[in-house]
Amino acid sequence: MKQFDVVVVGGGHAGCEALHAACRYGLKAALVTLDKTKVGVMSCNPAIGGLGKGHLVREIDALDGIMGLAADVSGIQFRLLNRSKGPAVQGPRTQSDRGLYLKAIQAILAKEDFALIEGEVSALMSGSGVVTGVRLSDGSEVCARTVILTAGTFMRGTIHIGDQRVSAGRMGEASANELSVQMESLGATFGRLKTGTPPRLNGDTINWQCLEVQPADDDPVMLSFLSKSPSVKQVVCGITHTNANTHDTIRKNLGRSAMYGGHISGIGPRYCPSIEDKVVRFADKTSHQIFLEPEGLSTNSVYPNGISTSLPEDIQYQYVRSISGLEGVEILQPGYAIEYDFLNPQGLSSDLESGLLSGLFLAGQINGTTGYEEAASQGLVAAIGVAKRLLGAAPIQFDRSTSYIGVMIDDLTSRGATEPYRMFTSRAEFRLKLRADNADQRLTDQGYTSGCVSSERFAQYTEKIEKLTACRHSLSDMAVSPNQARVAGIDLGLDGRRRNGHELLAIPGVSIQQLRVLEPSLIDRDIEALKQAGREALYVTYIERQGRDIEALARDLSIQIPTAFEYAGISGLSSEMIAKLSEARPQTLGAAKNIEGITPAALTAVFLRLKTQGLREAI
Amino acid sequence: MDTIFAQATAPGRAGVSIIRLSGVQAYSIASEFCNIPLAGRSGLRSLKAADNSLIDKALVLFFEIGASFTGEQVIEFHVHGGLATVAKLLSELSAFDGCRLASPGEFTRRALENGQLDLNQVEALSDLIDAETESQRKQAISVLEGSFGELGKVWRADLLRAVALLEASIDFSDEEIPNDLYLEVLDLVRKTKVSVSSVLNRSSISSKIRSGFTVAIVGTPNVGKSTLLNAIAGRQAAITSDVAGTTRDVIETRVDLKGLAVTFLDTAGLHESDDFIENLGISMAYKASDAADVRIFLVERDNEVLPFPARPDDFVVLNKADLGAKNGLSVSGKTGEGVSELLNLIAERLLKKTSLDVVAIRERQIKGLHAANALLANVMVLTEQKPLAFELACQELYFALTELDFVFGKIDIEGVLDEIFSSFCLGK
Repeated sequence: MKQFDVVVVGGGHAGCEALHAACRYGLKAALVTLDKTKVGVMSCNPAIGGLGKGHLVREIDALDGIMGLAADVSGIQFRLLNRSKGPAVQGPRTQSDRGLYLKAIQAILAKEDFALIEGEVSALMSGSGVVTGVRLSDGSEVCARTVILTAGTFMRGTIHIGDQRVSAGRMGEASANELSVQMESLGATFGRLKTGTPPRLNGDTINWQCLEVQPADDDPVMLSFLSKSPSVKQVVCGITHTNANTHDTIRKNLGRSAMYGGHISGIGPRYCPSIEDKVVRFADKTSHQIFLEPEGLSTNSVYPNGISTSLPEDIQYQYVRSISGLEGVEILQPGYAIEYDFLNPQGLSSDLESGLLSGLFLAGQINGTTGYEEAASQGLVAAIGVAKRLLGAAPIQFDRSTSYIGVMIDDLTSRGATEPYRMFTSRAEFRLKLRADNADQRLTDQGYTSGCVSSERFAQYTEKIEKLTACRHSLSDMAVSPNQARVAGIDLGLDGRRRNGHELLAIPGVSIQQLRVLEPSLIDRDIEALKQAGREALYVTYIERQGRDIEALARDLSIQIPTAFEYAGISGLSSEMIAKLSEARPQTLGAAKNIEGITPAALTAVFLRLKTQGLREAI
Repeated sequence: MDTIFAQATAPGRAGVSIIRLSGVQAYSIASEFCNIPLAGRSGLRSLKAADNSLIDKALVLFFEIGASFTGEQVIEFHVHGGLATVAKLLSELSAFDGCRLASPGEFTRRALENGQLDLNQVEALSDLIDAETESQRKQAISVLEGSFGELGKVWRADLLRAVALLEASIDFSDEEIPNDLYLEVLDLVRKTKVSVSSVLNRSSISSKIRSGFTVAIVGTPNVGKSTLLNAIAGRQAAITSDVAGTTRDVIETRVDLKGLAVTFLDTAGLHESDDFIENLGISMAYKASDAADVRIFLVERDNEVLPFPARPDDFVVLNKADLGAKNGLSVSGKTGEGVSELLNLIAERLLKKTSLDVVAIRERQIKGLHAANALLANVMVLTEQKPLAFELACQELYFALTELDFVFGKIDIEGVLDEIFSSFCLGK
């Protein structure tokens, strides 16, 4: 029997990213999926990136992942969110042609050497607490030293439309139920989460003439550092709004909604509420915005972003048709809510290895997250974990002060998930430093050393860094007096202080053009590199102020707390603190510090016990 | 990593108090106060403040890296144990960048991290940690219970909302978010800043411990104010200065009252006068008594009309107990009768004042409030600028919140998100 290094279960965003990363490391990999034509499918909204999410895609890309490349190839409406705000909070996003995205992912994967196995995983195989592979429902076995489970919404997936309930992983696709039961026998305790999707509309039946539109950006910003420009035609989105009639219809039929009819116990995300939720929770709001997003260039399917629902199909028709522009619309596929199994991620290691079995890694919705980007990032982290385990690959430090991925992993493992977890820029306390524009500067080096970044990408990255370094030198060498600055139209007041190029760029409104007047040699410098130096200059004082925090954090992060660490009985800890720490099981003192109500003195007490134990063991 | 300092001996008055300074900057910071003796030796030095005034004559010790309690560079100042001296030195130290008051247990923690303690010592020290946690707990309770705690709750709610509004403008900009939210942010920040400033003004208790409290004796001419002052001075062994006002009509006596430095002022008699010079003296007396923490209204008979209204902390005292009056509080400067009782009452009242403001009495907290105040000013500047630098305003606000951690604990991103999601209908 063939023995794989790693078998990836599930071909969604987490699975594809995990599989490709495993291949980049040269691991012998297999992908088990229920339907090989669905590998890389966008199950929900046809868009990649956004605020916080765009940052994640850039970080995946910096480690040579595939999500950004596929998004760029299939992107039909690139928009840089928060363009008018500072670069730290700008998020690249694109709508993608659903079909092209899937094709792009499959084409990228096809270049790699792996086994593609179609089937349903019904059990994890193991011996002495170590995973040994997976068993399929047809009885066949796939032996592997590690397993990355990316089940998405498939484990005991249940679709709700009104009072109808169907066992399914996605609309029209069977769910995976046996695996949940088998994992429970191994000691897993599943929780239930819920998410929803809107009805898909026939674009040919939408009255586009009466709608506002939102166009793509004039100068599109790509998701991948490697891409230069869009590959296909750019399209516009339509914008329409719900109205009092829509809300009346929904309110009258609330009892028939699966959510409000009491059929769903799973917890849904607050930032992706169904239209029922919106109408109930914000009763005084008479209208909600809807984006009508084309799902592709060669399909008439339209995704109405903002009205996910679990009402019966006839009511969906009623309320959708009450909306301006949609009076004669045809529904191609009704909206639905889906409930699925997830595991509390607090039990995971920072490599996303489950405590259930050694060598079992979990990524994506099974860890309580929502979103393509969150899932893909975890797939990547899990694959890196496998490479560390099997190949001794150099670790990549994902922590709160260096990456959004680190923020997410830390949030999940130390706080857990009480609702589907989504990334926001506000979750990253060091966001001025963790920008989409410098993801490569933060991660590509490490990725290359570890072995998941190709030499082609590394060469391209090195070239960027050389240009940037040259720019930084030129800017540092400048010494501009206020009088000289005035020649270029920069008013500094006459304080007599000479400033270098970085300091000038940090002043709001100062342009690279003005700097080139002052320092003609900058004309020879790469414009992109100059812009990047400008972004850095903007935040440098803030980042320095945060520097001390980061240093302290890094110090704390280096102190590990064993998973089985006993907090009870530590003198100096209140019972409330013991409960909090025992619940959160922080892996490091740094993580413990972030728990609400944990004081420096309490940390000292924990540290003291750690040290004492260490010494006892050493004796 | 920050250089940290704290009083290493028990707080309060003592013969000698030790202030420990530990970290990479310890030597360079200490050098600003005096010449540092050779490592391992002690030396008597005059400690000079930043304004070159003398803080104290102190024994100074220098311990090299690896040879100190924490394992870091350590300087110890052994100063005379007055509250004011210690407070002054702590306040001077806190003015250095990268130098801050140690958190409870932090010296021990550094010592452990640097491998300066063996197993037995580590275990013995856990008792110490207990005590620190207990004192922290008490402090936390007093923070939460007092009126200061109530204020903290208001600040917390307002600043949490301000952060939420800024974050909503950043993270949900592609949704239906009003674009004038910054106006509310500006209001909330301004309101909080005014409130923080007023606490800072009111809780000058910390500086009181440095400079002392003042008690003014006021009353009509010849009622016996000077005699009372002399009686107070005479009863106290620990008179630190005795300045006769030759050029001004306020005479002061500085005494030690149960560990508190208290200056008693004898003011010019308050009465209508045509004399220009005397009127100057009277207006000075009004000013001095207005600024005093406590006033003693010395009267000659019950129900006498006071020259100006008394505050709740003031005393109305009938003078000349030797003349037979026994109703209410009465003293006799001449015989000294009732003076001790009066001093006890004053001490009690002042101590109560310090314990009321126990939160703000701490140097760290005053410093935190000052820093937060300055950062809130930065937020206001950024919020008024066009185009608005949301992410920078937000960062300043987070810096300010960190400074205010001691008032309301960590403001957590989940709390911010709760506020956002309950305020706006978000999610496409």
